[in-house]
Order: sequence, then C-alpha cells, then structure tokens
Amino acid sequence: MANLKINGKTINVDVEDDTPLLWAIRENVGLTGTKYGCGIAQCGACTVHIDGVAMRSCGVTVHEVAGKDITTIEGLAAGGVMHKVQLAWIANDVPQCGYCQSGMIMAVAALLKENPKPTDDDINDAITNICRCGTFQQVREAIHAAANA
Amino acid sequence: MNLQFNQHVMPKLNRRAFVIGTATAGAGLALGLDLPFGGPSVVRAADGAPEVNAWVVIRPDDTVVIRIARSEMGQGTLTGLAQLVAEELECDWSKVTTEFPTPGQSVARKRAWGDFSTGGSRGIRSSQDYVRKGGATARVMLIQAAANEWKVPAAECKATKSVITHTPSGKTTTYGKVAEAAAKLEPPADVKLKDPKDWTIAGKGLKRLDTVDKTTGKMTYGIDVKLPGMLNAAIKDCPVFGGKLKSFDEAKIAGMKGVKKVVRVGDSAVAIVADTWWHAKTALDALPIVWDEGDNAKVSSETIAKWLAEGLDNAQPAYVGNQNGDAKAAIGGAAKKVEAVYSYPYQNHATMEPMNATVLYTPDKCEVWCGTQNGEAAFAAALEASGLPAEKVDVHKLMLGGGFGRRGMTDYVRQAVAIAKQMPGTPIKLLWSREEDMQHGKYHPITQCKLTGAFDADNNLVALHYRLSGQSILFSVRPEALQNGMDPAAFQGVAQSGEAAIGYSVPNLLVEHAMRNPHVPPGFWRGVNVNHNAIYLECFMDELAQAAGQDPLEFRRKLMGKHPKHLAVLNAVAEKIGWGTPAPQGVYRGIAQVMGYGSYVAGAAEISVTDGSKIKVHRIVASTDPGYVVNPAQVERQIAGSFVYGLSALFYGGCTVKDGRIEQTNFDTYNSMRINEMPKVESVMVPSGGFWGGVGEPTIGVAAPAVLNAYFAATGKRIRSFPLRNQNISFA
Repeated sequence: MANLKINGKTINVDVEDDTPLLWAIRENVGLTGTKYGCGIAQCGACTVHIDGVAMRSCGVTVHEVAGKDITTIEGLAAGGVMHKVQLAWIANDVPQCGYCQSGMIMAVAALLKENPKPTDDDINDAITNICRCGTFQQVREAIHAAANA
Repeated sequence: MNLQFNQHVMPKLNRRAFVIGTATAGAGLALGLDLPFGGPSVVRAADGAPEVNAWVVIRPDDTVVIRIARSEMGQGTLTGLAQLVAEELECDWSKVTTEFPTPGQSVARKRAWGDFSTGGSRGIRSSQDYVRKGGATARVMLIQAAANEWKVPAAECKATKSVITHTPSGKTTTYGKVAEAAAKLEPPADVKLKDPKDWTIAGKGLKRLDTVDKTTGKMTYGIDVKLPGMLNAAIKDCPVFGGKLKSFDEAKIAGMKGVKKVVRVGDSAVAIVADTWWHAKTALDALPIVWDEGDNAKVSSETIAKWLAEGLDNAQPAYVGNQNGDAKAAIGGAAKKVEAVYSYPYQNHATMEPMNATVLYTPDKCEVWCGTQNGEAAFAAALEASGLPAEKVDVHKLMLGGGFGRRGMTDYVRQAVAIAKQMPGTPIKLLWSREEDMQHGKYHPITQCKLTGAFDADNNLVALHYRLSGQSILFSVRPEALQNGMDPAAFQGVAQSGEAAIGYSVPNLLVEHAMRNPHVPPGFWRGVNVNHNAIYLECFMDELAQAAGQDPLEFRRKLMGKHPKHLAVLNAVAEKIGWGTPAPQGVYRGIAQVMGYGSYVAGAAEISVTDGSKIKVHRIVASTDPGYVVNPAQVERQIAGSFVYGLSALFYGGCTVKDGRIEQTNFDTYNSMRINEMPKVESVMVPSGGFWGGVGEPTIGVAAPAVLNAYFAATGKRIRSFPLRNQNISFA
C-alpha cells in the first residue's frame, strides 16, 4: 500500500512496497502516457518528475516516492494549458512513432526548469533518452524553440 | 460530352448489385459489399456518417474521415496517404481526420482497402494510385450530387476546400451537405488524377495528423489497451530458438500475489496470467522452468562465422543473382587484384514498445488489439491460432511504438491468442519484457561477403566478384517467394535491375549468394538486405578507388555513366558537402550511394577521429530521389532517422549467439545512439518524377559506409567487421 501524490492528487494504491513506480502509475493509477521501454533505467521512456526532478520511474519503488510530488506527462499541462515544451513539440512536429516522447518531453521540461537557455552541449549532457526513430534533430530544435518561447 | 452527367442520367448496373449481403456488424459497418469506390446503397461509418466510398467518409459538419489501411509506426504514412486522398478530394485539410479500417472489415468487403502490409517502404508507393483514385472518385460523386440537387451539369461545378460552387450562378454548398446524396450515386468508371506539379496538399511539408496525442500521453499504443476485466500476461519462450518447454514448477510460485494462471503457450513457451503485468512478470521470474534446448544449444557466433566463411569459398555452391561478362576469368588474368572480406552481424529491431497484443477470446469471437505492420497478417494469425472462421475474428490496429520490420511478424499475436484461448471470456494483454523482446527477435540476417576487384594495367576496373555467404530472410519467412531455391531479395542493392539495382557498370560482374541459414530466425529489419549489401559494396568501392589511386567520388563517377539517377544523388551530396574542397582542419569525408525500395540515395559524412578510435560525426549530408515527395518534412525525418538507426547498429548493435541463444538482453548490452552523438542531417531532395520510390528504408544503406569511408580517410584503416564497439571504436 502506498500513498502516491500524482499530478496534484493523492492516490492510495494497493501494491507492494518494492513495486516500480512505473508499473504503479500505469497499472494501478491507470495513467499510460508513461511508457515501459527497458525496465533498467536505460532508455528514459518512463521519465516522470519527482519533486521537480526528472527520474526514470522504472528505477524507483513506490516506497521511495511516497509523499513526494510526482508529475507524469498527463499532469504536465497546467490548468488545461499545454507546457511550452509540448507546444514546441507540436510546432516542430517532433514525434515519429511517439512512444519515447512522453519521457523525452518530461526530461526536457525538467532541464528547462533548471537551465532555461540550454546550449547544445547542455542538451547533450542532460538528454540521454533513447529514440529509435531518431527524432534527435527535431528534439534539439524544439528544445531551443521552447527555451525561446 | 459531359460524361459525368450522362452517367447520372443513365446509371449502369455495377457489380456491387450482384453481391449479396448487407448484414451489419456491431460497429454499424455494412458488410458484404465489394467495391471500394461507392455505389447505390449507402455504407455508413460507426457514427452513421455516410461513406462516399471506402476511403472517404464525410460527416454532416464537413469533417472528412480518411481511411488508412497501412499502419503508422512513426514513418508518417498516415499523414502522407491522407494528403494524397485529400489532394484529389479537394477537401479542406483542416477538417481531415483519419481512421484505420480493420482487416476483418476489409476481408468481409472483399479487400476493399487492398493490402494492409506496411513494410518494404511501400506504404505510399504501392497504394498511391488507388488511394488517389479513391479521393478523386469521391470528389466526382460529391460534385455530381450537388449538380443533381441544383439540376445543373456537373461540368459547371467545381470543388475547392470542401466547398462546391456552381460557377455560372455562384451557388455553393459543402461536402457535408451533399455527402448523403453522393454516397447513393454510381461511382464514375474512371477518374483523371492530378499532375503532381499541380498538388497543393500533397507535396507539402504539412504537419503530421497524430502529433498532439503523442505529446500529451493520450495516444493509445498496443501496450496501453484497457478492457473491462482484463488480465495481464508475461511470457518466456525457450531462449534457444527451436527448443521446447519441458516443465515448470508451479508449486514454487503458489500464493504469489495477483497470479491467476500459469499456461503453456505452444510447445516452447510458458506464460503467467496475473492481475497486473508487474505481478505476472515477478512470478514468471520466480518460476523454475526446465527447457529442452535441443541441438541448437551448441551453436555460437563462432560456429556460425566458421560456417559462413566456408561459403565464401568459390568451390561451394551459390546462387547467381547478377552477372555480366566473365568475372572469374577477368580476375584470373588481371594486372592487379584487390580482395576483402566483410561481415555484418545480427541486429535486433529494438522497437521502443516491446511486442504485445491484447486478445478477447470466446468460442464465438476472437478480437485482437495490437500494433502491427500488417493487419491482414495479424488477422490470419488470429484466425489460425483461434481456429475460428474469418467472420468471427477481427484485429483492431493501434499505433505502433516503432516497427522497423519487427511488427510485420505475428508471433506475438499467435501467443496472445493461444493464452486467451485458455481463459475464454477474459481479455488478456500479453506484453513481452524487454529481455524477451531482445532474445526473441526476428533478427537482421547474418552474412559475410568476399569482394574481389580486378584492374587492367591502366587502373580501369575490369571485374568485380561479389560473393555473399549467409542467411536468407525469405527462406525462413516466405519460402514460397524463393526462386528455385534462390532468395532474390538477397541481392537488394546489387541487382541487375528493378527497385534495388546496382549503380555501377563493370565489364565483368558476378554477384552470388551462398545461402547458409543458421537457426536464429531472421526478419525484415529496416533496410533489410540493402543494409549489408550497401556497406560491403560501398566500402569496397572505396578500397578499389584507393587501389587505383583515385578519388573515391571520381572513381565511382566513371562507373556510373549508365546510371544517371544513381549519379545525380551522389553528385547532389558531393556538391552539398563540398567534396573536392578542403574540409575543416582534422575533419575527413566519406561518401556512399545505393538504390533501394525504388529510390536513389546517397550520403556523405564529415568526421574527426581522436586516438584512432574516438569518432565524432560533425556533419551528414543525404540526398534522395524517390520520384515524388509527398511530404518533404516527413521524408527529411525518415532520412535523419535512417542515419540514427543505421549508425546505432554500426557503433553499438550486433547480437551475438552463445549456447544457441542471443546474448544481448537489454539496452545496456544493445545500446542505441543518443542525442549527443547525432549531428544534424542535411537532406537534399531531388525528386525527378515518373516513378514512386520509398523513403523509410533506403537511406540506412548509406549511413554506415559514409562514416566508415570517412574513418578510412581519417586513419588509413579499413574496418570490415561490425559493430565498431568490438573494434574498440566508439563515439568521441
């Protein structure tokens, strides 16, 4: 049993303490925008914010994040207004298959919060998500666009 | 003569009239009709809106629903096909939405939507003709319906952006208002398609239609399906391909939370069904399983390599895929000879979304929800696995979290049906772990290639012998396509003619394939056989240029006189990258070209190398001539994506075999490029018209050789075995 504070709502989920946050979010809370890609914190498809920091939700247990502020892709838009990263993603037509993009967007939103005008080098250091379609060119352009929005 | 008007006055009986059946299925779709192009009785979409024809449904509010039979896996076909229909339909693009018809509906309507298969870069090129006709036919019928209402000749009316205008009177109406009447009309027998130079919707870099949901987390992929009462399954198949499941000790996991059932799946796999997938997976990891691994457990990468190397011996039998002159004799009598042996490993598709399918089986109905590159193949797999007749089976296609060829296969659908069949009435979602996905792929085939080139005394290339040894995809996947045992697809990129023809004229040429099929199952992996053939040939062309003491570009050009389209794209990249002008200090260039999937592509790379082993790719230029470009923005993304996929395979990929199984299990052992390793790709599109080529795959062929040839320019070293990580070469 864990009390998860997800997208501003506290939700009591009936899972074992060692359940990865990813699966609690997807299966118990029912928010499927956060994706499973590897389960070993390599690919970043499951990236969410925990107390504002981008984390790979497959690599943390519900026990570790109980009581912390968790934001998923579904909670990124505030008050019905899309986050500037989402808007930049749409304007730059970034996604191809789109499966990795929830995680990519969450990673970028966290980066911009910390570093509002990242350089290409900053982006290279901070964004380590895998995208098999190869959207990196558009991702980079959209990050700069969001930073300048 | 006003053909359209006459046709209305005196309708012909069309063959639809002879087809029996209007039984409606649950979704409200009329079944039993056979014509994709409309007709007297109105077929309705699920929401009741009339179908003008199979491709076009128009709602009263003017929303245009365009049916897309091909799958969307990121390549943009959904948007491109909609553009083609909309172009001919003359509808308002801002009111376009799309939907996927199901294979079951298509079968019931005598394949109204044609081929669902989405592979081989065929999405646009092999359906452009009939989808454009679908749009054009619907436009003619909509105009005719308005003309009938106004009692004027249709020839006096025109349509623009979903508005029909009677030119002499200035009267207007909209598609939404006349769709109902149009749906009752006889479709025209023939329609004239626009000249692509007049396109206003197609040919433009319009935004994709599926982006918003892909940025908000709302898009539903197969893995996201939720059905009432659904349970989740995790599966383990015998890690040794061809092995069997001997036994498992269910008692050891008794009482584990959430577990509902442990089931055998076929003769080689075991699955656990639980309330959540996490519970299923946790229990499966704890389940003791005994495999009967069989003889394949003795196979390793080393044994495979040895077997393939034997096939390089000219004394061994081989299929001849392309030849002119007498290459062996010319090589025997040549002034100078160059020989090299290359090899290319297995690769996993590693789609970001692991394989999955959700199935609800009852004795009366088998429904499947999944991402698939071939709805009809998934349908056929569900038919076979369920044992039910076609009218009791259907497949609901969802967005694919990557395909790259993997989701053209149906193994995961069969497994899901086999599990669901053991729990009738309960929807079961089968999801593979990443580890299962890595170890049960349909791998890029493994090959080796011995290339021999011969020169005369003036350094003219007089002969080329290209001897491939290794795996045939068709042998395993589609044996009926073999030609007297030969796999014609094995020669993609080095064929005499066709959609993947070699771009060089060599007086004496011999291209052959010693087929050797290890037990590791091969599949169509983005670029398929173009990948390794382009690497082998284009790296070796560089070796030949070096041996002849010539510039790699000039050397190629001399052999390309009879291949102007191949040459044009090569010239385009050479010009754009500044070939022949000095590169920046410490930066070296490589170039390559190939034809595949009906398109001509070339690539050039600028790299620098530190310590002989750390590569930084500074710049990539890529050119493509696909005949026509339907959406340049999406073509650009396919080109760039092909480099990411191809270079990931070159640097990080490679699946190795030990004890009969694949050793790589996740992205920690089968890595993929990240943003810091990928430069901007500068695309040069040079569509020359007159043919339709694909764009999703061909460019991957030039990705690796462009970089490898630049690596040679930088270091003087040829790399002939991959991935580069095995040579201790990495990204800087």
